[in-house]
Amino acid sequence: MLFIDYSSAFNTIISTKLRTLGLNTSICNWILDFLMGSPQAPAYHLVLEGILILWIIRLLFSKTYKLQERSDLTEKEKEDLIEEWQPEPLVPPMSKDHPSLNYDIVTGPPSHKIIVNGKECINFASFNFLGFLDNERVKQKALTSLRRYGVGTCGPRGFYGTFDVHLELEDRLAKFMKTEEAIIYSYGFATIASAIPAYSKRGDIVFVDEAACFSIQKGLQASRSFIKYFKHNDMEDLERLLKEQEIEDQRNPRKARVTRRFIIVEGLYINTADVCPLPDLVKLKYKYKVRIFLEESMSFGVLGEHGRGVTEHFGVNIDDIDLISANMENAVASIGGFCCGRSFVIDHQRLSGQGYCFSASLPPMLAAAAIEALNIMEEDPVVILIWFRFFIFMYDLVNKYFQIDSYSAVKSVIGEVYAPALHLQLERSSGSRDTDVRMLRSIVDYCLERQIALTLARYLDKEERFLPPPSIRVVVTIEQTEEDIEKAASCIREAALAILK
Amino acid sequence: MSLVNIFLTLAVTHGTEVTSTAVRVRFAKQRLGLPQKQWRFRVTLFGVNGISCKGQHKITLSKPFVEQFEETPLLVAVLTYVGYGILTIFGYLRDFLRNWGVENCHVARERDEQKDFVPLYQDFENFYTRNLYMRIRDNWNRPICSVPGAKMDLVERTSKDYNWTFEHTGKVVKDVINMGSYNYLGFAENTGRCADNATGSTHKYGVGVGSTRSEMGNLDIHEELEQLVARFLGVESSMAFGMGFATNSMNIPALAGKGCLILSDELNHASLALGARLSGATIRVFKHNNMVSLEKLLRDAIVHGQPRTHRPWKKMLILVEGIYSMEGSIVRLPEVIALKKHYKAYLYLDEAHSIGALGPRGGGVVDYFGLDPKDVDIMMGTFTKSFGAAGGYIGGKRELIDYLRSHSHSSIYATAMSPPVSQQIITSMKIIMGEDNTTLGAERLKQLSENTTYFRRKLREMGFIIYGNNDSPVVPMMLYMPAKIGAFGREMLKRNIGTVVVGFPATPIIESRARFCVSAAHTRDMLDTVSHRSETADVLQAWRTGKAFQYMLYERDGGVREHLGSASVCFLQIPKLSSPGATEPTKSSQKC
Repeated sequence: MLFIDYSSAFNTIISTKLRTLGLNTSICNWILDFLMGSPQAPAYHLVLEGILILWIIRLLFSKTYKLQERSDLTEKEKEDLIEEWQPEPLVPPMSKDHPSLNYDIVTGPPSHKIIVNGKECINFASFNFLGFLDNERVKQKALTSLRRYGVGTCGPRGFYGTFDVHLELEDRLAKFMKTEEAIIYSYGFATIASAIPAYSKRGDIVFVDEAACFSIQKGLQASRSFIKYFKHNDMEDLERLLKEQEIEDQRNPRKARVTRRFIIVEGLYINTADVCPLPDLVKLKYKYKVRIFLEESMSFGVLGEHGRGVTEHFGVNIDDIDLISANMENAVASIGGFCCGRSFVIDHQRLSGQGYCFSASLPPMLAAAAIEALNIMEEDPVVILIWFRFFIFMYDLVNKYFQIDSYSAVKSVIGEVYAPALHLQLERSSGSRDTDVRMLRSIVDYCLERQIALTLARYLDKEERFLPPPSIRVVVTIEQTEEDIEKAASCIREAALAILK
Repeated sequence: MSLVNIFLTLAVTHGTEVTSTAVRVRFAKQRLGLPQKQWRFRVTLFGVNGISCKGQHKITLSKPFVEQFEETPLLVAVLTYVGYGILTIFGYLRDFLRNWGVENCHVARERDEQKDFVPLYQDFENFYTRNLYMRIRDNWNRPICSVPGAKMDLVERTSKDYNWTFEHTGKVVKDVINMGSYNYLGFAENTGRCADNATGSTHKYGVGVGSTRSEMGNLDIHEELEQLVARFLGVESSMAFGMGFATNSMNIPALAGKGCLILSDELNHASLALGARLSGATIRVFKHNNMVSLEKLLRDAIVHGQPRTHRPWKKMLILVEGIYSMEGSIVRLPEVIALKKHYKAYLYLDEAHSIGALGPRGGGVVDYFGLDPKDVDIMMGTFTKSFGAAGGYIGGKRELIDYLRSHSHSSIYATAMSPPVSQQIITSMKIIMGEDNTTLGAERLKQLSENTTYFRRKLREMGFIIYGNNDSPVVPMMLYMPAKIGAFGREMLKRNIGTVVVGFPATPIIESRARFCVSAAHTRDMLDTVSHRSETADVLQAWRTGKAFQYMLYERDGGVREHLGSASVCFLQIPKLSSPGATEPTKSSQKC
């Protein structure tokens, strides 16, 4: 407003003064005309100048260039992009004859005599090593528990899902294994897969055998630790890695002081059916100060005089192993898994084992069945001895039929005489995994026809870190008689001769 | 006037043709008239009389969708932090004393032979356990020695060394009212048809299987179970797994991988988080049940593609749960489905707590909202809760299940489900579906829903701050302060009630709470007892809201409209409340 009123101010004072200053009349007139003739002009001008000044200030303070690239997508363009984007299908299409799509159907109990696809067979496929699956005592104990507790637990261990049976089973397992403490999980697979990430965190180093089973691999993945694979059962390779690490540690001692190190091995490898060299591992453990985690799902109840697994088998002090984990789904023939070791180690899982904290607890009847199985194992270690006799017998047979027999193209892979489950592989691969699998499948079908139930060892080809070659897994149990085993061996041989010729 | 009525009025005044899928009413920070207290409520409302969503679904809810999360009162928040502060200071002091041998240290020690190894635990890792958790450890892992039904028997235990070790006295605490087990439909029973049938199958099959599904563990009972589950869910096919946790953690990796994007609710269960992590996909987290946050992530994902490479994502998978077990909230499924369709993402719905517990037929959230199960790509749930068994399932299109049969980690590497457990599920599911030719299942469903409404109303009337949806049988009641966690749990047990109390890290640090799980097996009497005794315990304990539940709509200042994919959502800003005594909303309408 002030600026606009200029005109009147000039009008009275300055017009006369200008003349007295000796300015040319025409110039004076022009100035007067300019000031009075169009009173809007200066206002407009001043506004314009004001804007210009603001503009200059803005230019001064704004950056001369822009760092971020301009993504001037308009809403319309965004909508178009959204319209245009096509996701991949949720699952890739599958052929109907995918080898692992159509399961064999078992009617009735999967025990010694098993009905597969309507055909009664002798079971050489289930991990029912000690025959507890159809043991009357185990069933009765489970039923007593069912009548007391019902089936489900309706909650995780923390929230009223801890039953007295669970505590009893943990106690019994700890006593059986002669360790301080045991912890049970409701699912075998989740046991080691939860235990590993409870201890090994980002930045820690884990040395793992190449043949480690899938649940170990998943546990490692969940831990986000640094993983180093050593060749299967190759202690020299492991020591090489440990030495490398030692050199690395000397270079960076501050980091080495907080980097935990673990060796993770299986007692009896499910993928290769051989035993880990535990005494050597324990030596390496103390030499390089690495902790050992041992997965004993296949060896628990099978190896050692009392079925305590590889520690007993080799006479290794169980306290030298930091953590032992096993499932109760094979020899124990129930469901679930457990970890055992010193309280210092095990107790940590009660708050950090994901599969323990966040999952419903094991149904009490399954825990009760496991307790009864342990009872039988403790009462009668003879079962294990009888068991030895059988698989040595089996081993002989397989050797007789497959390794020495040059007619057959099937070779058996048994690392140890003690393996309760052995793999039969093709001597000469056809070059394509699919064809190999199909060939082995025809052997399985041939045997199924002749009342021998076998199974292919299944793997997720793309997910396995080191995919084992295709194989038929043969499981020996104490329920099989010598005739059964002989029949199976000759049947497999026949099949191999018929199909692979 | 109750909140429900207000919303009914709201919707009715607007007429039946409410075109939005949801109306969210956000109360701005407002003074209730109570001095020095600030309140904020978030109230969620789904449609009332047939709200159409993108013109495809007709959602009919008998009740409005009301969900509330009262903001922690400032004073309480400050006190809670002070409480944690004191605990931490004392913790350090005691650690110091233990270190110098003044105080006995009960922690298990490393073996002498391994003292020079790298320590297995970082010292701070167990600070919380030693100094906070240990004080109130007696509230968890309480051993029970009966059916986890409406009432249970607890093994009495004492501790002589301040919870470091427990001894069983040999006595049993009888008939504790069980508000902790997820026994929604009361199928945790040791008598009746379920138990009988499970007995039969134990005789027939034994308890174990001894092989994986893909090898020699595919029993006929599993096939029967899967067909039944598919029928129950209304999907083409289904597959059952031996553990609920593993159903998530072992199947998500089969569905997503590198180059895929997983959008996960911030409050998703650990198993979903683990599955997502194992899959190798990129994970982004959206705010709990917040559709705006979800949509923003979806839009950005498509528009910007993968980070660094800017390639388009291969696929996007949204992970949500039906009922969130710590919040008691129900997923805003109609909106999620609308978003999922618009942005072509896939939806993975975890119905661990909702299956059986929600919906007129017990079919979970899909049934609750009256939606088409085909709109959910992956229907996941567990058998642990409503069915009183164990394990989990995935249902969906045949191609999906076929793929899982051959590619799920669980079907290839994990032992198949125990036969008696499968039988328990089959029998209980048939009862729920009414295939046993009785109305037992329908009665249980009705009972659960009535119990839920009753119990929630009761607690609210007493002035407790409770979280979650009005229809959710999971009822979290806020305690806030760490000292109250232990005290409330103990006081309730003294009164013969078993509740679950949870604090950090299961909840945000200042939002410790007690949780009640309502069951169809609870009687009115039991629920009355619980709420009554909560009140007694409350003399020491729970934070009351004062007059908080007389909150109401007062005056609407103007709606802010926001476009949300195909669904529009309204935010009604309510600037202020009059005095707390006023009950009638003077003006209530909405703009969509």
